[in-house]
Amino acid sequence: MNQKKQELQVAALENGTVIDHIPCDKVFTVVSLLGLTDGHSKITIGNNLDSKKLGKKGLIKVADRFFTDEEISRLSVVAPSVKLNIIRNYEVVEKKQVEKPETLRGIVRCANPKCITNNEPMPTLFHCIDKEHRAYKCHYCEKEQCLDEMKLL
Amino acid sequence: MENRSLVSIAQYSREKILYMLDMAKEFEKKPNRKLLEGRVVATLFFEPSTRTRLSFETAANRLGARVIGFTDPKVTSSSKGETLKDTILMVSNYADIIVMRHYLEGAARYASEVAPIPIVNAGDGANQHPSQTMLDLYSIYKTQGTLENLNIYLVGDLKYGRTVHSMIQAMRFFNPTFHFIAPDELRMPEEYKQYCQEHHIKYMEHTEFNEDIIADADILYMTRVQRERFTDLMEYERVKNVYILKNEMLKNTRPNLKILHPLPRVHELAYDVDENPKAYYFQQAKNGLYAREAILCDVLGITLDEVKADSNK
Repeated sequence: MNQKKQELQVAALENGTVIDHIPCDKVFTVVSLLGLTDGHSKITIGNNLDSKKLGKKGLIKVADRFFTDEEISRLSVVAPSVKLNIIRNYEVVEKKQVEKPETLRGIVRCANPKCITNNEPMPTLFHCIDKEHRAYKCHYCEKEQCLDEMKLL
Repeated sequence: MENRSLVSIAQYSREKILYMLDMAKEFEKKPNRKLLEGRVVATLFFEPSTRTRLSFETAANRLGARVIGFTDPKVTSSSKGETLKDTILMVSNYADIIVMRHYLEGAARYASEVAPIPIVNAGDGANQHPSQTMLDLYSIYKTQGTLENLNIYLVGDLKYGRTVHSMIQAMRFFNPTFHFIAPDELRMPEEYKQYCQEHHIKYMEHTEFNEDIIADADILYMTRVQRERFTDLMEYERVKNVYILKNEMLKNTRPNLKILHPLPRVHELAYDVDENPKAYYFQQAKNGLYAREAILCDVLGITLDEVKADSNK
């Protein structure tokens, strides 16, 4: 029953990307991280839908848009659980998960207030040092920090 | 052109460290040269540090370069809100090298990315100060004849002291045994102990500091325990006199032992230690001149062979 209702809520996609399993409070952050506020793609946003995995979840369908790995990796900061389904001609042709990126450029803020990146108009840059613990090191001040505690720019 | 900047000691390989020490040795034999004649060295001190600035400026002068710069950011445009990038690009029009000290961490790395000329990091906040590390290494190398297999005792503020952190990084190639001697509040941070484990560097930790503990030391590296580092001032009062080196503690130490200190000292080295031939901190500061002459030449692409050829002139 539920399943059917949900399907009715969101229109089927001919070509494009379904971003699934988004935590409910992160749906609109994902929208802005992927730059969906600009452009002319047809977008369907669903939120507070029932999910076996998350209890409740958000979902975004974007017609005729396919995201690069770099764009997808940005999501790792806010929503590492996200799954992407690539749709072509109404069929799921590929599923993608969010990978923890080797580098994060211009996405998150350095937690160190004495870091040059917080005091100069410049992009931040982090290198992953431990994927398992989501540990990243600032390219500039060299402070190690955990992705879970990092704030978006 | 390849960027020859010196931002962090971590960028030096084992070979490069030894190469730079060899170059410093040449400069000790003959400090006054004309290798940088006609060049301009800019010393930009966004935070005052008289000792480091004098050392770099002396090195530049003894190599025949001319020096421009500022010693106090209050007189510069950065106090008017100019960005670091703009200041660096402006000075790059005038100088061949920028030696910079900055209160923000990562400032030198960023400057090296935007500047068309080499940057020498003379300290960026609590982060890196590679010329200090090179002079420490040169002092160890000179007094022990080697960097290999030494017992190095680091004493005092091991939590915030960037000199001791850089020392661990630089010594990873030379199979040292470290002893970390510090009060609980200022002990070596976990990330550096982990670094030791990853690089198979042996270390032991102590909170006590006495004659017996230092008996096997080849190098005793003292640092200042600063009052402002303590959240609990009672703890400071309790430990402030524990990490003081007195002359009588040196009686049974190894004959080759040398005592280093990045200076300035306050009371962690009793004045009676100064007369002991094992005290080496003033010579250590002097070694900074040779280490910095080597750094200035290296960032400009002047090789050890050229320096050696110049020695015979």
